[in-house]
Amino acid sequence: MSDTHTPSPVPPGDRERVTVEPAPSSADSGPEPRRAAAEENQWREVFQRIVTGGWAISLGAVVLAILAGSVLIAFTDEAVQRAAGYFFSRPGDTFSAIGSAVGSAYAALFRGAVWDFTADDFGGAIRPLTATLTRATPLIAAGLGVALTFRTGLFNIGGRGQMLVAAAAAGWVGFTWSMPWPLHMLVALAAGMLAGALWAGIAGALKAFTGAHEVISTIMLNYVAFYLLSYLLATPGLLQAPGSSNPKTRPTLASAQMPKLFEGYNVHLGLVLVLLAVAFTWWLLERSKMGFEYRAVGINPHAARVAGIDVRRVTVSVMLVAGALLGLAGATQVQGTVVTGFSSDIDAGIGFDAITVALLGRSRPLGVLGAALLFGAFKAGGSVMQASEGVPIEIVVVVQSLIVLFIAAPPIVRAVFRIPEPGRRRAARAERKAVAA
Amino acid sequence: MTTTTLTTTPSSGSVEADLRHVRVVSRKPAIAYVVVVALLALLLALAPREGDTNFRFSAESDAIRIPDVSVPGMTVAWICVALTAVIALAAVALLRVHRSAPLWMSAVFALVGFVAFLSWAGAGSDRDFPVTRLVGGAVLLAVPLVFGALGGVIGERAGVVNIAIESQLLAGAFFAAVVGSLTKNPFAGLFAAILAGMLVALLLGVFAISYRVDQVIVGVVLNVLVIGLTSFLYSEVLVPQAQRLNETVRFTPLRIPVLAEIPVLGPALFNQSLVVYLMYIAVPVVWFALYRTRWGLRVRSVGEHPKAADTVGIKVERTRYRAVLIAGGVVGIGGAFYTVVSVSSFGKEMTAGAGYIALAAVIFGKWDPVRAAFAALLFGFASNLEGALSVVGAPVPSQFMLMLPYVVTLLAVAGLVGRSRAPAADGVAYVKE
Repeated sequence: MSDTHTPSPVPPGDRERVTVEPAPSSADSGPEPRRAAAEENQWREVFQRIVTGGWAISLGAVVLAILAGSVLIAFTDEAVQRAAGYFFSRPGDTFSAIGSAVGSAYAALFRGAVWDFTADDFGGAIRPLTATLTRATPLIAAGLGVALTFRTGLFNIGGRGQMLVAAAAAGWVGFTWSMPWPLHMLVALAAGMLAGALWAGIAGALKAFTGAHEVISTIMLNYVAFYLLSYLLATPGLLQAPGSSNPKTRPTLASAQMPKLFEGYNVHLGLVLVLLAVAFTWWLLERSKMGFEYRAVGINPHAARVAGIDVRRVTVSVMLVAGALLGLAGATQVQGTVVTGFSSDIDAGIGFDAITVALLGRSRPLGVLGAALLFGAFKAGGSVMQASEGVPIEIVVVVQSLIVLFIAAPPIVRAVFRIPEPGRRRAARAERKAVAA
Repeated sequence: MTTTTLTTTPSSGSVEADLRHVRVVSRKPAIAYVVVVALLALLLALAPREGDTNFRFSAESDAIRIPDVSVPGMTVAWICVALTAVIALAAVALLRVHRSAPLWMSAVFALVGFVAFLSWAGAGSDRDFPVTRLVGGAVLLAVPLVFGALGGVIGERAGVVNIAIESQLLAGAFFAAVVGSLTKNPFAGLFAAILAGMLVALLLGVFAISYRVDQVIVGVVLNVLVIGLTSFLYSEVLVPQAQRLNETVRFTPLRIPVLAEIPVLGPALFNQSLVVYLMYIAVPVVWFALYRTRWGLRVRSVGEHPKAADTVGIKVERTRYRAVLIAGGVVGIGGAFYTVVSVSSFGKEMTAGAGYIALAAVIFGKWDPVRAAFAALLFGFASNLEGALSVVGAPVPSQFMLMLPYVVTLLAVAGLVGRSRAPAADGVAYVKE
C-alpha cells in the first residue's frame, strides 16, 4: 500500500537499491521518483516473474495443485479413513481406498468438464464441453479486464463490484425497455459495459487525482456495489420483480437475450462476444498507441511521464476499459447464462476468479483465454463432482488458488520438478553490476 | 491533490534549522468537508422529517440514571449542519493561508455531522435511540476489526502488506471452533485461533519474505485459499460431526465491579467477555511495543529503511518474519471472537469481509495502532448503526447503513482524514546485497 499517498518528504536514501533490481538511473531526480521507482521495480519483478516463468512452471503449478487437492480429497474420504484405521495390518487397503476416492473424484471432474463417457450419444458426450465454454464465457471477459490493469501496473480487485453494477444496468435495460431483438440486446450490453466502466472509473479517478490506492478503493467499491444492488433488488419499482417479495429481478426479455449458439446447449452468443474481446484486447495492448502507453506506464510510470505520457489519463482510461470488459462479463451473465432473473450473487465469484485467471494467463489475452477455459472446466466439472461423488465444490477454489500461489513462486515448482532457472547467469551478472555500482 | 511546499534541505549551515521545516498542505480535507456538508444539507432539504428525537442514555437497571433527552429533530439537525459548514469554511480559510486543517477538526466535524444525521433519522419516532446499546454493540462488532487492524499495523510497520487479514480471521474462527468444541474449553479455542492465525502468517511470510512474491497477490490468493479450505472442511468434516466438532462453549461476560456502573459507557464497555478485555489491553500493548521497545524500533526501521537496518546489524528477514507471525497471532484472537464469543459454531465464510474492513482501518488509522483501533471502532459503530436505526424506524434503507463503512473508507483514502503515509518500504521485498 505504499503509494496510497502523494509525494512525501522522505529522507534521501538509496531506496531503489532495496529492491531486487537496481533502479533506473532516472531515479536520481528527487524523493518522489525514488519511491515510485521502488514500487515500479517491485511490480516489474512480479510481472517478469510471471511472464518469464514459462509454460513449464504453469504446468508444474497445475500438477502440484491437483496433487494437493488429491491429498485433501483422500484425507476427508470416509472409506480412506476407515481403511487407515487398520493401516498397519493391511496397508494395501488404505492405498486402494485413496486411489478410488481420488480417481473417482477426478474422473467425475473430467466427466463434468470435458467428455461424458457415460453418455449414450455424441450430443450427450460433448455436453460437458459446452458447459465448460458457458462457464468460461464471463471468466474470459473478466480475466481480460483484470489482466489489462495488471499490464498497466494497477491491481483491480474490483471485478465483483464492476460486474454487479453492470449486471444491474444490463438487466434493467433488458427487462424494462422494449425494442426489437438485436438492437435491444446490444443496448442492454452497452448499458452494462458503460456501468462497469464508470464503476471502475471511480477507482481510476481516485487513484489519478487523489492517489488513493486502487486495491483499497476497488475493494470498497465491491461492497458498495453489493449493497447498492441489494437495495435495488429489495425495493419494489426498481429492480425487484413486481408482485414478489424476493430480492430477485424479472426475467430478461427474449429480445435482450444472447441467443443460444446451438440448439439444446447453454453456450450463447456471449462466447463469441468475449472471443472478440480477446482479439480486441490483444490489438489494444500490442498494436495500438493507447496500449503502448498502458504498457509503458505498467513498466515504469516515471519513465512514461518523462516520455510525455499523461499517467493520470492512462490510469483513468485503463480502468474505464477494464471496467467495460468486466461489464461485458456481467452482461453475459444476465443476458446469456442467467436469463430467468437474478439476485445479488449474480457475479458468482467471477470477479475474484478473474484475478487468478489473469495471473495464470500471465496477463496476456491469449493466456487469459486458456486460463479461463481451464477454470471454466474446473467450475463445470466441480459441480458434477459435488453432485456425483459428494466432494464439495470448494475443492476447486482450493486448487485454483494453489495454482496461482505456485505460479507466483516459481522456486517451489522448480525445486519439485527440477526445472532449471532461466537467465540465472544474467541475473548474477546484473547483481555483480549492481554491487559494483 | 496535494500542494507540497517542500523546502530543500542543505547539508549544513546556520539557516539549516529554518529550512529543514517541511510543510505539506493538503487540499483534500477541505474539499471532503464541503462535499459532506453539501450532502447532509441536501438530505435534510429533500427529506425533511417532523417531530422530536429521543436519546436514551441508560437502562432501567443502571445504578446511576441519566434522564432521556428529547430534542426537536430537524432544528438540531440544521444547527449541526450549520456547525459543520462553519468548520468547512474554516478549513477553506486555513487553506488560503497555506495551513492544513488539524486532525481534531476532522474529529469534531465527524461528530457534529453524525449528531445531525441521528437527529434527522430519529425525528418523529416514538421509540428512543438506545445510546448504550449503540456503543456496546459497536464495541462487540469492532472486536475482530480491532484485532485485524492491530495485526495489519504490526505487519505493515515491518514492511509486509497484509491483505491476508481476512484469511487469518477465518482460519482463527475455524480452528477455534474445532478445538473449542473438542475440548469444550473456550481458552483452548482461543489458543488454537492464535496458532491458526500464525500458520496463515507463516505462509504469507514464506511467499512474501522468502520467495519475494508480490505481497498483495499473496494476500489475495491466501484469502481465496483459506475460504476454499475452510468451506471444504466445513462441508466435509464439520457438518457430518457437528455435535463433536462444531459446538463450542462460549466465553461468558465478566462484569467489572466499579467500572460497569459508569453511566452510558459502563454497561457497554465493562460487561463483556474476556476477548473484549483482551482487546482493551492489546491496543496499548501494541502501541508500547512498537514505539517504546527495542523490538518495535527494529520492526519500524525494517519497514522504513531495511537497508539501513541491515547495515547496523538488524536481521531484516528474521525481524519481518517475527513481526508477521506476531501479527498473525493477534489477528487470530480476532478470529476466535467469531466462534467462542459471538456465536458457538463455525459457518462458511463467516467473517464476511471483516478482514478487508480491518485493512481499511489500518490505512484510515495511518498505520498507527491506536488510531487504527479507533478507526476499527468507528467502522463497528457504523455497522451497528443499522440495527439502531431500524429500531427507531428511520427512513434509511438498511443496505445504505451497511454500505456506510465502505463509503467512509473510500472518502478516507481519497483524503478526508488528510495525508497518511505508509511505512516507506511497505510492500517491498528486501534482498541483501
